[in-house]
Amino acid sequence: MGLTNEIIKKRLTEKFGEQLTEWEEPFGLLTFRAPAAMNLKVLQFLFDDEELRFRFLTDLTGVHYPDRKNEELSVVYHLHNLVDNVRLRLKIYVPVEQPDVFTATQLYSGANWMERETYDFFGVNFLGHPNLIRILNVDEMDYFPMRKEYPMEDPTRTDKDDEMFGRGGTIV
Amino acid sequence: MSELQHHQQHHVKLSEESLQKQTTTLNLGPTHPATHGVFQNILEIDGERVLEATPTIGYIHRAFEKIAERRPYYQITPLTDRLNYCSSPINNMGWHMTIEKLLGIKIPKRVEYLRIIIMELARIADHLVCNSVIGVDTGALTGFTYVFQYRELIYEIWEEICGSRLTTNIGRVGGFERNFNETSFAKLRKFLDTFPHALKEFENLLNRNRIFMDRCIGAGPISADRALNYGFTGPNLRAAGVDYDVRVAQPYSSYEDFEFKIPIGTVGDVYDRYMVRDVEMWESVSIIHQALEKIEKIERDFPEQKNIFYAPEADHFHLPPKEDVYTKMEALIYHFKIIMGEIDALPGEVYHAVEGGNGELGFYLISDGGRTPYRLHFRRPCFIYYQAYPEMIKDGLLSDAIIALSSLNVIAGELDA
Amino acid sequence: MPRPVQYNTKVKIVDIPEGYSGEGFHATSFDKVVGLARKNSLWPLPFATSCCGIEFMATMGSHYDLGRFGAERMGFTPRQCDMLLVAGTIAKKMGPILRQVYLQMAEPRWVIAIGACASSGGIFDSYSVLQGIDQVIPVDVYVPGCPPRPEGILDGILKLQDLVQNESLRRRNHPKYKALLESYGIQ
Repeated sequence: MGLTNEIIKKRLTEKFGEQLTEWEEPFGLLTFRAPAAMNLKVLQFLFDDEELRFRFLTDLTGVHYPDRKNEELSVVYHLHNLVDNVRLRLKIYVPVEQPDVFTATQLYSGANWMERETYDFFGVNFLGHPNLIRILNVDEMDYFPMRKEYPMEDPTRTDKDDEMFGRGGTIV
Repeated sequence: MSELQHHQQHHVKLSEESLQKQTTTLNLGPTHPATHGVFQNILEIDGERVLEATPTIGYIHRAFEKIAERRPYYQITPLTDRLNYCSSPINNMGWHMTIEKLLGIKIPKRVEYLRIIIMELARIADHLVCNSVIGVDTGALTGFTYVFQYRELIYEIWEEICGSRLTTNIGRVGGFERNFNETSFAKLRKFLDTFPHALKEFENLLNRNRIFMDRCIGAGPISADRALNYGFTGPNLRAAGVDYDVRVAQPYSSYEDFEFKIPIGTVGDVYDRYMVRDVEMWESVSIIHQALEKIEKIERDFPEQKNIFYAPEADHFHLPPKEDVYTKMEALIYHFKIIMGEIDALPGEVYHAVEGGNGELGFYLISDGGRTPYRLHFRRPCFIYYQAYPEMIKDGLLSDAIIALSSLNVIAGELDA
Repeated sequence: MPRPVQYNTKVKIVDIPEGYSGEGFHATSFDKVVGLARKNSLWPLPFATSCCGIEFMATMGSHYDLGRFGAERMGFTPRQCDMLLVAGTIAKKMGPILRQVYLQMAEPRWVIAIGACASSGGIFDSYSVLQGIDQVIPVDVYVPGCPPRPEGILDGILKLQDLVQNESLRRRNHPKYKALLESYGIQ
């Protein structure tokens, strides 16, 4: 019969109960939310369990929702069970004032750079990461550029201004 | 007094630890003929043996994900071109398929087979670059010049269809911008006739070459467990022995109708990666042959399908035919809105993956129902497997480190995005 | 039987610069000869970062041969090259490195910016991309395109050859040139 989304959901709710919320299946991919402090427990369970076997981390990324108060930064894990060919998405939310998340590098070595990239872009602080420094931007950068409040263009440019970038300006 | 004290008094100030250090620090800098792309590695070497490596990337960070939040959906296609620029049609098709998945558009079979032809040509182009560059790094420069002639043939095919050689921006949401004309099919057949002979010659140069085999076997190995833990995909993972291919695991664009083999290696060293890419090129040629036969069969059985080059359901995103634009009102409105980028997508969250030249290229799109994505993330295979490079070259020789780097096929555009 | 004499009719040879010629000698001005020699033996330093680099590799290949114009030897070291071909996007992280490579080149040196990204930042109008390499080094020829066709790159190199041929030998002492380098902070 194979591993279906219902079986995964059943096993997870058996183990973790009501702590896992926001179950959805957009386009067939089971998505759920876990509390931020539990992300490693959930990942470890999914890795070790002999029926679930989610042992491949496809992607780790962040999203910034400035409108959701107290849970602005989200870290999204995409997992893959290569044997039964099933994908899974896990989301956690942390507030922007204290964006601490436990690192997944002990479990998946591939999470190393992906967490550095999420830190570089959003400022999520991964606790226990061996080398959490900027990876893609210049080392001297002091802000986290992918957050919604920062513009796409270089804010220190003098030859082009807001009007030329299509934001306001003198011509109404 | 001792040598050190003598020096410190009269000549150069040397720190204690720099004299005790037994290893040399070598900067394989961002501008280096062997690093095909801009990434830096600081190697600690002891004679010729590499002890550790610290890669630094970001030298071509162009902030694709930030730009994508400000651009309507069609203007993101040129951005996706420049991810893995050796095989840009695959990136474009993957992006269009992501939007089609979000909107729920179903594509006619003929269009899907045409897409497969273009994607397999791109895969051949990418593997040609990688294999010839492995040859260059071991000293065989001739293969490179021969192989680039066949890349020119592939460029001509793409140019006939979309107008551009390298960064193609090919296809539209729902299909293609224009039907493939007779010239493009003729060029495709010419390519299919001449390329196998050239690939055979290239194989004769390198595959069983004593020098090449001695250089490459055992260089930069990685085991299957470590590769899976790092998140490897694509030819590098298949060389380590795991047969994971997105075209087979989650078939997209009618790949399930085709028969092709997936080559796997055993050790995961440079020779395995080279051979996996070589066999994949042969498989791609076979897939293109099958696709051409299937298209001819469709055109024989349903002659009216000959002019289908896009899905009619995609009328919100695909430009309507010009006759309709000049005569019908709603076609005019759609035309205007599509060009100005004012079409809103449905809200939703989708992750779609295609098998790129380097592995699973994933697009994670979160749409809030506006004209631009809310968040677009590219799951770039190069970024994920380049992390394993220090582990691969540890305790190897310096020259092995160089060819391990070129066999990984790290494309700087995909690494940094 | 000896081979019949064959005259070279297929290979193009550069025209002799104007001057006074006689039996076994040709007198012309020094800068014309030096200009001729320089223009036909420009050794390029490829600084290929991204997609334009692949088009540059295609230009170097046999189909659009760059070697016909004297640029056969791709030196990867700045110390031995005259012409810096910057192909591809230069990010702000790469800017100081580009500048250092330019400083290591010996006079006479020329720079061609290949592609839209090198000329002006291209389609990447973002916080991390240098909007044109002329923010850090002086540029002689800009080749537009994204990526430019190999014929376009060859056209840029031919224009550079015109520049090189007509340049005076005392360029580096010219006040305008000195002012240009001063504006970049290069001594």
